[in-house]
Amino acid sequence: MVKEREELAWRIGGPQGSGVDTAAGIFQRACAIGGLHIYGRREYYSNIKGRHSYYDVRVAHHPVTSHRETVDLLTTFEAESLARHAMAVVPGGAIIYNSKNADVPLERIVFLDARLRQDLIAYLESHGLPTTTAGLIEDARRRGVQLYAVPYDEITKALGDRLGVPKGIADRTLNTIAVAISAALLDFPAEYVVKGVARIFKGRDKIIDMNAQAIDLAYEFVHENFDTEHFEFRMDIDEYRPPRLLLNGNQAVALGKLAGGLTFQTYYPISPATDESVFLEGHSTFKLRNGETGSVVVVQTEDELSAITMATGAALTGARSATATSGPGLSLMVEALGWAGINEVPVVVTNYMRGGPSTGMPTRTDQGDLLFAIRAGHGEFPRIVIASGDVAEAFYDATRALNYAERFQMPVIHLVDKALSSATQTVEPFDLSTIRIERGVLAEPDPNANGSGPFPRFKPTDTGISPRPFLGQPGHTHWLTGGEHTEIGRVTEDPVIRETMMEKRMKKIETACREIPVEEKFVVYGDPDAEFTIMAWGSTKGAILEAMERLEKEGIRTRFVHLRLLWPFPSEPLRPYLETAKPLVIAELTYTGQLDQLLRQETSHGADYLVLKYNGRPFSGEALYGAFKSIQEGTAEHRIVIRNPME
Amino acid sequence: MAVATKPKVTAKTYKTEFPIDWCPGCGDFGIVNAIHQALAKLQIPRHLVAVVGGIGCSGKAQYHVNTYGVHTLHGRPLPYATGIRLANPEMRVIVVSGDGDSMAIGAGHFVGTGRRNVNLTHLMFNNEVYGLTKGQAGPTLPLGLQTKSLPEPNMHGAVNPLMLAMTVGYTWIGRGYSYNIRHLVELIAQAIEHPGLAFLDILQPCPTYNNLHTKDWFAGKDIGHDRIYNLQDEGYDPVIPEGADEETVKAKLAQFIEKAHEWDDRIPTGVFLVNRNVSSYEERLAQRVPNYFESPPARRPLADENGVTLTDLSEMYQEFIMQ
Repeated sequence: MVKEREELAWRIGGPQGSGVDTAAGIFQRACAIGGLHIYGRREYYSNIKGRHSYYDVRVAHHPVTSHRETVDLLTTFEAESLARHAMAVVPGGAIIYNSKNADVPLERIVFLDARLRQDLIAYLESHGLPTTTAGLIEDARRRGVQLYAVPYDEITKALGDRLGVPKGIADRTLNTIAVAISAALLDFPAEYVVKGVARIFKGRDKIIDMNAQAIDLAYEFVHENFDTEHFEFRMDIDEYRPPRLLLNGNQAVALGKLAGGLTFQTYYPISPATDESVFLEGHSTFKLRNGETGSVVVVQTEDELSAITMATGAALTGARSATATSGPGLSLMVEALGWAGINEVPVVVTNYMRGGPSTGMPTRTDQGDLLFAIRAGHGEFPRIVIASGDVAEAFYDATRALNYAERFQMPVIHLVDKALSSATQTVEPFDLSTIRIERGVLAEPDPNANGSGPFPRFKPTDTGISPRPFLGQPGHTHWLTGGEHTEIGRVTEDPVIRETMMEKRMKKIETACREIPVEEKFVVYGDPDAEFTIMAWGSTKGAILEAMERLEKEGIRTRFVHLRLLWPFPSEPLRPYLETAKPLVIAELTYTGQLDQLLRQETSHGADYLVLKYNGRPFSGEALYGAFKSIQEGTAEHRIVIRNPME
Repeated sequence: MAVATKPKVTAKTYKTEFPIDWCPGCGDFGIVNAIHQALAKLQIPRHLVAVVGGIGCSGKAQYHVNTYGVHTLHGRPLPYATGIRLANPEMRVIVVSGDGDSMAIGAGHFVGTGRRNVNLTHLMFNNEVYGLTKGQAGPTLPLGLQTKSLPEPNMHGAVNPLMLAMTVGYTWIGRGYSYNIRHLVELIAQAIEHPGLAFLDILQPCPTYNNLHTKDWFAGKDIGHDRIYNLQDEGYDPVIPEGADEETVKAKLAQFIEKAHEWDDRIPTGVFLVNRNVSSYEERLAQRVPNYFESPPARRPLADENGVTLTDLSEMYQEFIMQ
């Protein structure tokens, strides 16, 4: 694809609300339609308009699994993005910037965080450079970065003239122009950029046409004004272009829930979970293979207490039911989680982890809810906690969560995080013929028994799982209660029944341990016989795999145990790996290393090294490579914290 | 699925044989009796009724009704009930909750539920105290009153439940008295039949902890006449008809507000408001999901005979497929 490189890391930045997302959407679609693999990462503030957001798109002819902290081609159209990201561009890479922002004092960029501004100013001063964007541009030039100043205003003016529309209207194509300048520098065929635009502005022909004209002008500008021969990167389409899906984690979970037979979803708006529910709301009817119409009822509730209790109520009637939230919402749901536990209700909670505690960092990623998800609630009750590593896993896990919940009759918490929720990936279309609906043991009350005795909803069994009736079924009725109860759901404080019921419920955890196949508990990547063992869970998977690939190229063999089932903890099948790990390295986006704590508690094994990051940003493959390498060389401390002040 | 035979049901059908642990003289007995009779009056099959309670003395009521019974969390019966009803709109869902459940810890849900107008029947057992925790002030106890377990007079103002119900969107609002069972049966039956969200404020002495608003006080022994009277006996018409104009709605709300504030020497009961001018949430859902009633969440087919999902995402893939 490229002259000297195997891949491209492209970044675009700009104020929220200025079309950065749209621009990245166009670029990603252009690449994906051209048969390329992409991995997209979105960073943004908890803000509607004005604060800085940026999007990394990594493109290759092979699957890419994480973002890069370094950038090959930085695309900007205003000063703040230039200031924030110029230093991330690699030698040989390039910066596209607006010629009118060539000399903006850093003091005048209002949303630049004070700490970052001070750091940048100190850096520029120490290099004898002006404390303006001009200083950063000069610094980039000295490091061997190509610089492309673009007079955006002239291009949009020309577009306005060509189309006979005011410049103000033509200015709306600024983000498309920025993408097209990038694509032209990369020698990427313009028609694919137009295809990308057509996908984004589906059916709005006038807008598509205006953007197509803007692309045309941008290409013309690049060809007339820039000597692209000095730019090392080229991007071609892939001749073999199998149709792939391009979607993010929120969408993958939503599709997975639909595939898994979800019929009822509740939510209270919270970042970064909301997009999943809004997607479901927008797709609440769909085709079924039997020719009928499938549907999901989505209710926006007044709070998260209502979200989980309403979902639980629906589940009691036999609906496949779920809710989606993020840390603060999960905190509010905890009491009701216990109710679902003691009443053995299959309800799924998708928790999109973000930086905590309290409001924390609503739009930044974190893995700090692991122990909370496992322990949340007073008293003791069984639950299942699973976590997804990438977009495809998010889809399949959403279906799995619904099945586990009904098979084992307990709440299931599906952990996703902000990074995965907004990460876009090209994936093979999901194969729905492999998606089974497993409803577990259902009761079949005698419909003619109306009026006779109550149904033993909570009858103890060998597996702990009692046949499950639905509210509304004719025949025997029963009660449910958050109090300790008898077989028929009547409150009791009898010590013997209490023991029986505790034992019955907790036995289901053993049943789940036994019945869930090992490949759903964890997956081992890399060299299964390697001693260097990395253990992790969730969305850090992609960065770890990339780091391993780099190590492998250097002849360093590693293996990676990616945990999918976090509770019940798969201690037994993990044992052979734990006993032969040398060293055992745990990588996690937390301060305390929660998986290590869990591992010590459950297996008495612990990590030799912890690789941690807790600044709200995901691991990159390159950062993890550095950490693993230092461990392998014996120069690392027990606890390695990954930092990047420029993210 | 239809029941093969449909025997005539009586109030006895809905009774259970569990021992009852409410205090002697508790108003809850009358309410539960009225529920049995109202269900019998409407001939609703047992399996199509769910009685959903919260926490407190009121939250024990569902054990004494022989239908599906759900004993939920303090303050949360409304959203549990909403989930049950929306997932299976064949069911009649009756919420039994106290004034603390409804107007204090669950007040947010009272508002949210009102805005939805789901077809539910919300019976509020209103005794102005938290009985099960030994008599603390409930949210409906007036400011400055001191019931017998309060160390000092009540420092909080009282919620006006009827006003709150009207403001947030309940479309059937009434008040009953636990010692007038015949009237209560009629009110509960009407509330269940109302095709939207119904709120029935049931005044109920707590013989153990509310020594102020007692059976004798409601009977007006101190003032020489019954405090309780029936609005409908005085020709009060609560109905806002479908398609009512703005003037009619304003006039109905004005009379509602007047009656909702009447207290002390004369306490109105009966039906205060029936608003037929608001669609139910289920009707709104059916606009979005056309086969909602035929294929509700509780009964939608999910899998084929091999257990493979019936969901077909091919149309949805068009949004995501890159070619």
